[in-house]
Amino acid sequence: MSLRAEHELHRRRAGRNIGLALVLLGFIAIVFGLTVVKVTSGDPMQAFDHVSRPEMVPGAAPAKGD
Amino acid sequence: MTDASINTHTIQPEAGFGDYVALLKPRVMSLVVFTALVGLLAAPVGVHPMIGFASILFIAVGAGASGALNMWWDADIDAVMKRTAKRPVPAGKVEPGEALAVGVALSGFAVVMLALASNLVAAGLLAFTIFFYAVIYTMWLKRWTPQNIVIGGAAGAFPPMIGWAVATGGIGLESVLMFLLIFMWTPPHFWALALFMNADYEKAGVPMLTVTHGRRVTRNHILAYTLLLAPLAIGTGFTSIGGPVYLAVAVVLNALFVVGALRIWRRDEAISQDDKYKVEKSFFGLSLLYLFLHFGAILAEAALRPYGLGGWG
Repeated sequence: MSLRAEHELHRRRAGRNIGLALVLLGFIAIVFGLTVVKVTSGDPMQAFDHVSRPEMVPGAAPAKGD
Repeated sequence: MTDASINTHTIQPEAGFGDYVALLKPRVMSLVVFTALVGLLAAPVGVHPMIGFASILFIAVGAGASGALNMWWDADIDAVMKRTAKRPVPAGKVEPGEALAVGVALSGFAVVMLALASNLVAAGLLAFTIFFYAVIYTMWLKRWTPQNIVIGGAAGAFPPMIGWAVATGGIGLESVLMFLLIFMWTPPHFWALALFMNADYEKAGVPMLTVTHGRRVTRNHILAYTLLLAPLAIGTGFTSIGGPVYLAVAVVLNALFVVGALRIWRRDEAISQDDKYKVEKSFFGLSLLYLFLHFGAILAEAALRPYGLGGWG
């Protein structure tokens, strides 16, 4: 049997591969979309840099320039 | 599989992409998507459309995963029932081990992704739903008790609660009522089907109520559950997810449903066989419409809310 012969089985495999590729691309798009939404409309975020942040202490005076 | 094996006569038909999709029970998924979406949109707080879309998708994937696990476990009985014989595993298109792998992998994927997309309550509920459907219902109760449908119905009733949890991060009276609506609807819906599909379940040895306790008892049970369902469905109309539209729909549908259940209850086997289960079949058709319209009405109330028309003002 020639390897180039188109078999019904090859068509099924191609369909499966294309289907899976589309699913993975869709998943990438969803994760990207979710990331954008979470970063842009999430809670206010502040980087943690191992120094004390006076504004986090309840009752503390606001920092200079606030 | 190597190319050499293609030439052998013992080769299994290789699965196409559609066979893997069929493994996820797309028709059940569509119901899950619809009810979860209603739960999400009926919630008092909104979510970003992207988060809502992704969450519903992951809930659907979770439901599909539990469907794959169900097909893996039930392949033996699916093969002997006419309704299920063409499913990918009994048809020999997908190996049982593959179905198990797809089910387990997608379950984990769906739960983790839902947790990341929304919150841990929604993800926890989804994990419990998958466990409930795959283990409690499929592996344990389905072949053991004629009440299988009642308890298994709980698995199908969770999606609106998960949708609600995606938006609110918790569980509320309204989400429990949506759960109960599907939970109480499932037994009359399935038992009506069992009345005219009895031969299938009997052949497979599934302890359907019709097989273990007979049709008279099944008819009684259909009426009892319908009578319990009606006040619950109508009562939901007075909560925050209800309103005049929902109440009108619920009153009409429940009146029709109770009348249908009464007609089933008054008949015996001889009459049913004479008209080829006409009443039972129409009750089953009505039950599909019943659930769709109740949730459609909840959705309508939520859609009217921004215009000051939905709910009780």
